[in-house]
Amino acid sequence: MAKKNPPKKITKKITKKKVASSRKRKVPANGDVFSSLLELLRRTSAELPDDIQKVILTALEREEKNTTAEYAMKIIQDNIALAKAKSQPLCQDTGTVLFYISHPANFDQLKFMDKAKKAIVKATELGYLRQNSVNSVTGKSEPTNLGPGHPSFHFHQHKSANVEVRVMLKGGGCENVGIQYSLPYGPIEAGRDMAGVRKVILDGVVKAQGQGCGPGVLGICIGGDRCSGYLESKEQLLRKLDDKNPDSELAKMEEDIVQSCNKLMIGPMGFGGKTTLLGCKIGAQQRVPASFFVSISYMCWAFRRQGIQLSKNGAIAKWLY
Amino acid sequence: MKTLKYPFSQAMVRELHVGDMVNITGKIFTGRDSVHKYLHEGNPSPVNLRNQIIYHCGPVVLKDKKTGKYRVVAAGPTTSSREEPYQWQVIRDHGLVGVIGKGGMGPKTLNACREYGCVYFHAIGGAAQVLAERIKSVDGVYLEQFGSPEAIWELTVEDFPVVVTIDSHGNSLHQQVLESSQSVLKELIGQGH
Repeated sequence: MAKKNPPKKITKKITKKKVASSRKRKVPANGDVFSSLLELLRRTSAELPDDIQKVILTALEREEKNTTAEYAMKIIQDNIALAKAKSQPLCQDTGTVLFYISHPANFDQLKFMDKAKKAIVKATELGYLRQNSVNSVTGKSEPTNLGPGHPSFHFHQHKSANVEVRVMLKGGGCENVGIQYSLPYGPIEAGRDMAGVRKVILDGVVKAQGQGCGPGVLGICIGGDRCSGYLESKEQLLRKLDDKNPDSELAKMEEDIVQSCNKLMIGPMGFGGKTTLLGCKIGAQQRVPASFFVSISYMCWAFRRQGIQLSKNGAIAKWLY
Repeated sequence: MKTLKYPFSQAMVRELHVGDMVNITGKIFTGRDSVHKYLHEGNPSPVNLRNQIIYHCGPVVLKDKKTGKYRVVAAGPTTSSREEPYQWQVIRDHGLVGVIGKGGMGPKTLNACREYGCVYFHAIGGAAQVLAERIKSVDGVYLEQFGSPEAIWELTVEDFPVVVTIDSHGNSLHQQVLESSQSVLKELIGQGH
């Protein structure tokens, strides 16, 4: 363990110098954590990952011609191309900035947070992010986009020597339609079993209608406590849309939820139409005997998440989506 | 595809119906949570909103440091339901003929649309670039003290694409879709046992 420390310090010194020089330039340069995170934020805000674009295209092809649903999907399609070409935010609500960092032991979380915050300030100046951080007591908007609780950092130590940084920008419209059920749930007779879980998920989608900018993707956690349930439901959204849940029962449920929800005919934007959901990802956590929560995070079609693997010197070694 | 051109009037919007796809050309004003609360509390509007259209939107606006000119970088609609407690009153007292937003609105707004001659236009949520491209100029900004996303931005738009989801004849697409999806839900969870 002690042996690992000295080279790490050297890396950090180099990083610091490079940060200073790259700030004079406007274009993010390769080769340090600050620039890498700035580029990560830019790309997350302006470009949809391939796995999401693919399902959006399928949804567009599925809608009836000359309907408001097809019209909505066409505008969505145009918007994806335009945002990428102009390198500007897909959606003006650049959301809560959520960082998920997987790192080896001896990783300096405080230094990372400092760099990430600087990258957010710069990204806001450059218009990749909107001034989106409001003081809940005074109602004042914070021009730097920072403040208590923003951005939101989630660190996970892993065995690999790599540092992976994932970012999700989650807008308020879809966050507002997220919902947490406590089973049993009387209004639709949802009991404390998987059938009950299915009922409340479908109920949650009906409650959301078009308000969360559908067609959307659900991230769901069965179980956990009120806090861990929502955390896990969001982390489910980090999975690629075309992956397969290793738990066969949950995998089956994910498919069933998408198929069932698309029978609801809520459609794009709630205009009515064949695509209500683009995907559904479900995880499960242990619960205490007395609690049975189902936590649902709704993600809009403008599903902005990206990730990078950092090289030793802080450059972008690899894109993760 | 229908078109709606400035100057707008009550008679023009009375001709629109739920499901109409409309391109709007002319002047619109942004206004979201703070503006609606402010007007609801009885404060005077800094601009005359009679026969105007309000857009539920908190745009990303950049100011050119050299020229001082504003440029809209992203401008999609925000969720309208948050203005449901206030919107009817703003329509009544300020004479709006159109509201642009997303996600639809409730019975209070529906009734105000019918009574005072106003229409709810649904823009495509999240389509901030397509919609920003249709904004041709920023002509003014008011109530900037609420912060950039919450201010009133006076904009000129060209072929701004929207769908009528609440008309001035008492129809709401949102109500129709809600009711039909609720009845499908009943079937689906009946099968789930």
